[in-house]
Amino acid sequence: MENTPVIRIENLVKRFPMGKSEFTALNGIGLTLSKGDFAGLIGPSGSGKTTLLNIVGSLDMPTSGEVTVLGQSVGTLNAREAARLRKESLGFIFQSYNLLAVHTVYENVEFPLLLLGLSASERKKMVTDALEWVGLTDKAKSKPPQLSGGECQRVAVARAMVKKPSLVLADEPTANLDAANSHNILKTMESLNRELNTTFLFATHDDKVINYLHRKIFLIDGKVEKEELVTN
Amino acid sequence: MKLAIKLAFRNLIGAGLRTWLNVIVLSFSFVIIIWMKGVITGWDHQAKVDMTNWEIGEGQYWQKDYDPYDPFTYSESHAPVPQEFRKEIERGDMEPFLITQGTIYPQGRLQSIMIKGINPKQNIFLLPSHKLDTVVVDAIPSIIGSVMARNLKLDVGDRVMIQWRDAGGTFDASEIYITDVFSVNVPAVDQGQIYIPLDKLQSMLNFDDEATILTYRDSEVARPDVEGWIHKSKQELTKSVDDLIKVKTAGTSIFYFILILLAMLAIFDTQVLSIFRRQKEIGTYIALGYTRREVVGLFTVEGTMHAVLAALLSAAYGLPFLAWQAKVGWTMPMDTSDFGMAIAQTLYPVYSAGLVITTVLIIMTVTAIVSYWPSRRIAKMNPTDALRGKIQ
Repeated sequence: MENTPVIRIENLVKRFPMGKSEFTALNGIGLTLSKGDFAGLIGPSGSGKTTLLNIVGSLDMPTSGEVTVLGQSVGTLNAREAARLRKESLGFIFQSYNLLAVHTVYENVEFPLLLLGLSASERKKMVTDALEWVGLTDKAKSKPPQLSGGECQRVAVARAMVKKPSLVLADEPTANLDAANSHNILKTMESLNRELNTTFLFATHDDKVINYLHRKIFLIDGKVEKEELVTN
Repeated sequence: MKLAIKLAFRNLIGAGLRTWLNVIVLSFSFVIIIWMKGVITGWDHQAKVDMTNWEIGEGQYWQKDYDPYDPFTYSESHAPVPQEFRKEIERGDMEPFLITQGTIYPQGRLQSIMIKGINPKQNIFLLPSHKLDTVVVDAIPSIIGSVMARNLKLDVGDRVMIQWRDAGGTFDASEIYITDVFSVNVPAVDQGQIYIPLDKLQSMLNFDDEATILTYRDSEVARPDVEGWIHKSKQELTKSVDDLIKVKTAGTSIFYFILILLAMLAIFDTQVLSIFRRQKEIGTYIALGYTRREVVGLFTVEGTMHAVLAALLSAAYGLPFLAWQAKVGWTMPMDTSDFGMAIAQTLYPVYSAGLVITTVLIIMTVTAIVSYWPSRRIAKMNPTDALRGKIQ
């Protein structure tokens, strides 16, 4: 793996208002992820995994501390700059897939490329490649409601990967899947990580996912409890 | 913008039945609004046409003392037909009317009437005056309108007594014989009016060759001032109708906007529902790289495209329908003669390009506004909550 920092987090604090008081979701997080990492934030519900993922994905702002993603300080980005970062460099995979239900599989995967303003021929080639990666070429014209949960998550992976982003953020990607589908999805993501050298950051408490991770970051009550590196 | 249109189109087509139901409702609104406005315009137009055809021709000369709103002036408002109009009258391009006040006694009752003398051979008005050109023993041939006939319980072939005062102020009476009952939607031509031959009325009143009103056919000829007579152009004579139309236009405009707002409710409802139902989708757009402003733009375009599709659908079935209605008209299911106002049994809608363009533009604009307004709420939504579909 290369040592180029994709994510650098220093003393990150995130507090949410709760009535008249505040709830501290992240408390002094420090973390660095390098290009090609296949890492996961592991912890029980309420440990701050999703909050951290949202901040890294520039969907939320830190209360204090420094979060740098691909060289850009998330805390200082305005809405347009944050949107550009997500559009050009980040891919998202969600627990409940978040596919556009009225669009076909092809259109769902094509969506990030439309935002990038690529030509129709470029889009066609890239979508075809992405659907091949996840083995859904024959489902291109189907709509999400016609697909199984596993197929939907594979579409979500294809959508996240189609623009070959530097960083993919996956929030509980297997929570709604059975064991077979979970392994299928994880193998796909692992091979994409290997082939495209894309950095993956998961938020999970699912053992099936944890077993695939190369780097495990354990969060408890908004703090990094420990880290483990898995050597092959 | 191009991307927003493309995505909005995909969303609309992808939404299938939901989209088409909205589009169908909106297109009905387009067609109904244009049709209703067309009917009202047609009604106004018809009122003026009927007034021209039945009452005022292309203009009139009134004897200087004549006041249609004061029946007591009728006995004084008559004068010999001016020499300069003789030729026009002989050609049939001008018709004298003689008017006097009288009383009718149907079934022993008494009712005030206006007795109008008209040339049986005239063809300026649609009045069936030729029915007066008949010989009736011991009675004066006369025609009346259907409302008058119904009110007095008279019919063709009936005889009834009328009374009047002649030039000397002496009361005189005679029986009239109803030779025809005509149907007209100009109340002033029907209610309280009895038409008899002009020469007969002139002799009854001892006003030989005199008239109260002179109505001409040709509006192109320059009309001189004639002493003792007041020229009334068609514009002056239809002013009351024009004023009525102006008042009615204000009323119908309110009705027009209520209809438009009702149509907008369909879109507004859809857009408001979208905010709650499509929160995850909105969060996904933002996660994939849309700004909040672009999401608002997408939803606004999506709402407005309902109106565009509705306009296209309306053109497909609405144009033939509106054209057919303009041709065959809309026949009222009940007898309109009881309405007490100038309304034809069959109304022919009149549409203008302005009406169609204005309606389309107003609906497009209002649709954009009612789409934009709820979409603004999206801009305030926290994207992380939106992604979870958390209702705020």
